[in-house]
Amino acid sequence: MSTLTDPPNEGFRLSMLINDTRYRSLTFQVIAAIVLALCIWYLGNNLIQNLRAAGLNISYTFLGDPAGYDINQRLVEYDSQSSHAKAALVGLLNTLLVAVLACITATVFGVVAGVLRLSNNWLVSKLMAVYVEIFRNIPVLIWIIIIFTIMTAVLPGPREFRGDNATASMVFDSFAFTNRGIYVPMPWFENGIFASTSMNWLLVLAGFAGSWLAAHQINVWANTKQESTGVRPKTTALILAAWLVPFLALMLIMGLTWEYPELKGFNFSGGIKVGGPLIALWFALSIYTGAFIAENVRAGIQAVSKGQTEAASALGLRPRRVMNLVVLPQALRVIIPPLISNFLNITKNSSLAIAVGYADITATLGGITLNQTGRAIECVLLLMLFYLTASLTISMVMNVYNASVKLKER
Amino acid sequence: MSDTHAHSIAFVRDTEIPPSPPPAGETGAVKWLRENLFSNAVNSALTIASLLVIYILLSKTLPWLLNGVWTTSSLAECREVLQGKTGACFSVLTERWNQLLYGFKYPSDQYWRPNLALVLLLFAIAPVLFFDLPRKLLAFTAVYPFLAFWLIWGGTILAPIVALVGFAAGAFVFQTYGKSSFAVGFFGAIAAAFAVWIIGGILIPEGASDNAMLQAVPSRDLGGFMLNLMLGVTCVSLSLPLGIALALGRQSDMPLIKWMCVVFIEFVRGVPLITLLFVASVMLAYFFPPESTVDLFLRVVIMITMFSAAYIAEVIRGGLAALPKGQYEAADSLGLDYPQAMRLIILPQALKISIPGIVNVAVGLFKDTTLVSVISMFDLVGMIRGPILASTEWNGVYWELLGFAALLFFVVCYGISQYSQWLERRLATDHR
Repeated sequence: MSTLTDPPNEGFRLSMLINDTRYRSLTFQVIAAIVLALCIWYLGNNLIQNLRAAGLNISYTFLGDPAGYDINQRLVEYDSQSSHAKAALVGLLNTLLVAVLACITATVFGVVAGVLRLSNNWLVSKLMAVYVEIFRNIPVLIWIIIIFTIMTAVLPGPREFRGDNATASMVFDSFAFTNRGIYVPMPWFENGIFASTSMNWLLVLAGFAGSWLAAHQINVWANTKQESTGVRPKTTALILAAWLVPFLALMLIMGLTWEYPELKGFNFSGGIKVGGPLIALWFALSIYTGAFIAENVRAGIQAVSKGQTEAASALGLRPRRVMNLVVLPQALRVIIPPLISNFLNITKNSSLAIAVGYADITATLGGITLNQTGRAIECVLLLMLFYLTASLTISMVMNVYNASVKLKER
Repeated sequence: MSDTHAHSIAFVRDTEIPPSPPPAGETGAVKWLRENLFSNAVNSALTIASLLVIYILLSKTLPWLLNGVWTTSSLAECREVLQGKTGACFSVLTERWNQLLYGFKYPSDQYWRPNLALVLLLFAIAPVLFFDLPRKLLAFTAVYPFLAFWLIWGGTILAPIVALVGFAAGAFVFQTYGKSSFAVGFFGAIAAAFAVWIIGGILIPEGASDNAMLQAVPSRDLGGFMLNLMLGVTCVSLSLPLGIALALGRQSDMPLIKWMCVVFIEFVRGVPLITLLFVASVMLAYFFPPESTVDLFLRVVIMITMFSAAYIAEVIRGGLAALPKGQYEAADSLGLDYPQAMRLIILPQALKISIPGIVNVAVGLFKDTTLVSVISMFDLVGMIRGPILASTEWNGVYWELLGFAALLFFVVCYGISQYSQWLERRLATDHR
């Protein structure tokens, strides 16, 4: 027996593909798939024809050929006989170097400016507002060029440091600001534990990691003690010792000494030379992105309602603990996500290095290598692959951190 | 005996004492200074430090600005006039004014055309920005892109007219058939537009641009700040519909569409604009048909539009996600289909939420148009770094030129952000 609720028994009609919600989405997806396949086929076909017409093919063997150009700024061994792949690696490390440096300084600038913009001091807060507005509204490329111009056209040449009536002088006898770059003292170890300097520095880094672990353990111990007895033991001195003692001990054992830059002949030698393009890129990215981070920090702090601070004070917390336990954890939740995207922006904007001749991966792989070998497609694809990997990695790492600070909801 | 008591007092005041002024430290400027600048030791130190910074900045820049020379024709002459004093050579701006604004190849007797296009742009954009204006003005906005194209590039007027007619035919088909079925109207409109364009393309005679009313200007002759403005306006307006489509696609229930949009958005957001511009300058030509020549301007517009569309899509996705689920359900329960629900209920609210984000993207995009100087297009920055600073007359005039470029960008970007804040206040419907 059939009831009224039985659906009318219809056969399948073609119009149901468009009008029936059961099939419509399938229809659209099939159409989309066909269009996509046609596009890919069309573009691929054009590519094959164009490549054939130009007598080219897609191959990555050029990466093994000698690059034939020099790179001033490098973190690993490289000379003009090294391969294009090695040049790309040098560029990659340079990109990472400037990105990491700029992320750190931009965060510092941003936090300082953001906090000062909320200051009670009218002049300071207005000054910070001017800083933020000026730097946010002018393209970063112009900032990079401006700072690069300061580095090359305003700073004195090494020649002006010479002679009895030198027009320029070193700062504290250890920093030289010249138009060829900034020279800073270089720390090194007289009797390092390992033969190579980088291994010694790794050891120092390991020491810091140990200190961090120890400080963390001290905090855990203090927390358990507080929970069981109600009295929190004083940990400031212990934590300070955990940070300082291993570091100082390592420095003493390995004999830390500084090598100061000196004027020899027509140029400075000794110390670390930080090149003008690196400084320009680093500083410009820092102040530009710092202005954005300042706004994020301000928004984050203002997002914590005043009642939270007042409630914490009413519970009898001291101002420092109000900040650490109540305001900051809530503000960080607002600050971290845009901070991640600002770090990503720094990494991507570091590709502007090509405008001032800093040898990052865009300038080596996408610039000189591309022009020398004419392998446009391969170089641009590799470049995109690198940036895509870097971006996805950064956002993944930061998302993990973000998940750890975000609101715990059931 | 109250009256005896009263008589025993020597003096009773029968008028009110006028209130005495508050202590000097509690009024006016002094109070303001004390509260806002010198409330405690740290604050005072900060104030003094800021005053010092301001003094140093002003003492360096003010003489330079005020002693500026405006009328010489080369740096050497300018230095002669200054005679060793500090001072700016602003004459580079007056002498190279046209190059800075229009590039160095745009025919100088045709400068009125981009100027007119800019003035008309203000009229075209006004009803979009300020929606208190009568809606009929939008008709001019719809015509403006074709008019502006004709004004700036010149050549035959037939090409923009055919393009306009194609869009009009598409709109007409959509109006007629879109009511009954969105899909039929939509695809019919696309088909109608293409039909008009193809027929029109055949009808336009060969060499129509040669003796046209307006002299034809090839894209490679565009430059200066005009190029930045053109790229910015074109790419923002093109990427807005594309961004909306991408955002809706990313929210879609259809896995294939969603997957395509996600891959596109994440890919474009993961790479810097420079690499996309490299694609435009060295790689995109390989993907066009072998005999075609698509000029660099168009390739750059394609890539920048894709770039900003991905960012706008993410902003709009935020807006869509911020809408309460009840809005979607209410639309469904009213019996609206997907296009109707989106057009009438979801998008108006979601777009309103995302306006600040969209404006942010627009400002960022406008600043990023300077990157085209890296692929040797002569926009404002490209002009400064290339032809002007390399010329023998003005080799070494950095600050005046860079300062001018910075000022231009600051004025435009700050203006846009102020507009966005005004719009946010204007659209605020919650009572706070």
